[in-house]
Amino acid sequence: MNTTLLLEWVIKSAVILAFLLVGFAYLTLFERRVLARMQVRIGPNRAGPWGLLQPVADGLKLIFKEELIPAKADRLIFVMAPIITVVPALIVLAVLPFGPAVSIGGRQIHLGLADDLNVGALYILAVASIAVYGITLAGWSSNNKYALMGGLRSAAQMVSYELALGLSFLGPILLANSMSMRDIVEAQAGWWFVLVQPIGFVIFLIATVAEVNRAPFDMPEAEQELTAGYHVEYSGMKFALLFMAEYDKMIAVSAIGAALFLGGYWGPFVQQVPWLGPLYLLLKVLAILFLMIWLRATLPRFRYDRLMAFGWKVMLPLALVNVVVTAVLVVLFVGG
Amino acid sequence: MLVIELARGLWTTFRSMFEKPVTFQYPEVKRPVHERFRGRHELKRFDNGLEKCIGCALCAAACPADAIFVEAAENTDAVRYSPGERYASTYEINMLRCIFCGFCEDACPTEAIVLEHNYELSFTDRKQAIYPKEMLLVPVPPGGQPTPMRTMPGQFDQAIPEMQDPT
Repeated sequence: MNTTLLLEWVIKSAVILAFLLVGFAYLTLFERRVLARMQVRIGPNRAGPWGLLQPVADGLKLIFKEELIPAKADRLIFVMAPIITVVPALIVLAVLPFGPAVSIGGRQIHLGLADDLNVGALYILAVASIAVYGITLAGWSSNNKYALMGGLRSAAQMVSYELALGLSFLGPILLANSMSMRDIVEAQAGWWFVLVQPIGFVIFLIATVAEVNRAPFDMPEAEQELTAGYHVEYSGMKFALLFMAEYDKMIAVSAIGAALFLGGYWGPFVQQVPWLGPLYLLLKVLAILFLMIWLRATLPRFRYDRLMAFGWKVMLPLALVNVVVTAVLVVLFVGG
Repeated sequence: MLVIELARGLWTTFRSMFEKPVTFQYPEVKRPVHERFRGRHELKRFDNGLEKCIGCALCAAACPADAIFVEAAENTDAVRYSPGERYASTYEINMLRCIFCGFCEDACPTEAIVLEHNYELSFTDRKQAIYPKEMLLVPVPPGGQPTPMRTMPGQFDQAIPEMQDPT
């Protein structure tokens, strides 16, 4: 391992982390503005031009808030839980290709940290599953019945929908004949997988919305029933970490969805100008994020039993059928 | 069909994105209040600048929250604040007590106190909540003179000179 390679990795990691941190801050603003417009309001527009400093103000406020730990809480786990939740959200994007190879100073550099990892898709599923521990532990360690119920619901919901999520990954994997995210994206240079995998894409979207606990599947933090679910007892920056985990997961799954189904960084003129790649990816991520916010603005929360029934009785069979049909068609037309 | 219903819902929220927001950008744009809105009190003047308040303290008697304090003093033709014998030398309203019921308005025999449309009554100190006469009294109307004024003897003997439009 030479120094340049190490430097390259450090820079790439720093860029991905910075992107997720800034992205989190501005995703909250984006969500509030879009939500406000859908409710015929204006939304935060006071802090800075167009409210652009609103995330800064929110962050400052949270830093100066009192950090409260309930007397009967399990202190160690209570402090660890937000970290366990946020770390997977930050490292998921390591296997995502952000653009085609570019050459800087004569070096061929792939825009992506470990995008050629041969188990990239598995890595995503594995890391995304860790986040559920953080949420469950946060609920349990708070020693609060609402938090506990939120954590339990979250665990049950995420486990159920992870099956459908994993199966929806299989379509692009079969089509690209590789688990490496770079290969999957490269395979979509001609046409996007969403064209041949529309059901897979829909299953992926629904499962991810459930996976990141967003409305209409925001059962773990149902304000009306559970006050705030697993993060009732969290305040200050620990709350901000849980919040950041949720929003960074949104960004991460949107980026993964764009890579699996919407052609990742591909778009017009990417072959000629490789730096357009990240831009196209960003646009696709924004589109999926907008869809998530749009769903939140529109749909009421599912009832818990219906959520589970939907997950096991509709999503899972549909995803299985989708995988079988895809596999058969791939064997017939592409050749095994 | 569930899918059609979902699409209709999504279309509704999407369409509402392009409607004009109902928000009033409050400190810059103020929503007009209704004509009979009961905001901050004002002590009115006659057109010549004399104060309508005669210091009778009926408003203080009518006030259910005991927010008004009035102290009266004698008018003379050389130092005249209001028509008639007396005027309010002290007139204070405690805005922490006031419930904006408007009974003082009803009780006033000279229609001196009126609840107007100002509702921006924030303060940072309890002492600031007591509005003295200088704050409540409206400015001298154009063509009027400031009080106290020197008047002709016998010109303003009546406390209630002439009701323009008695009802």
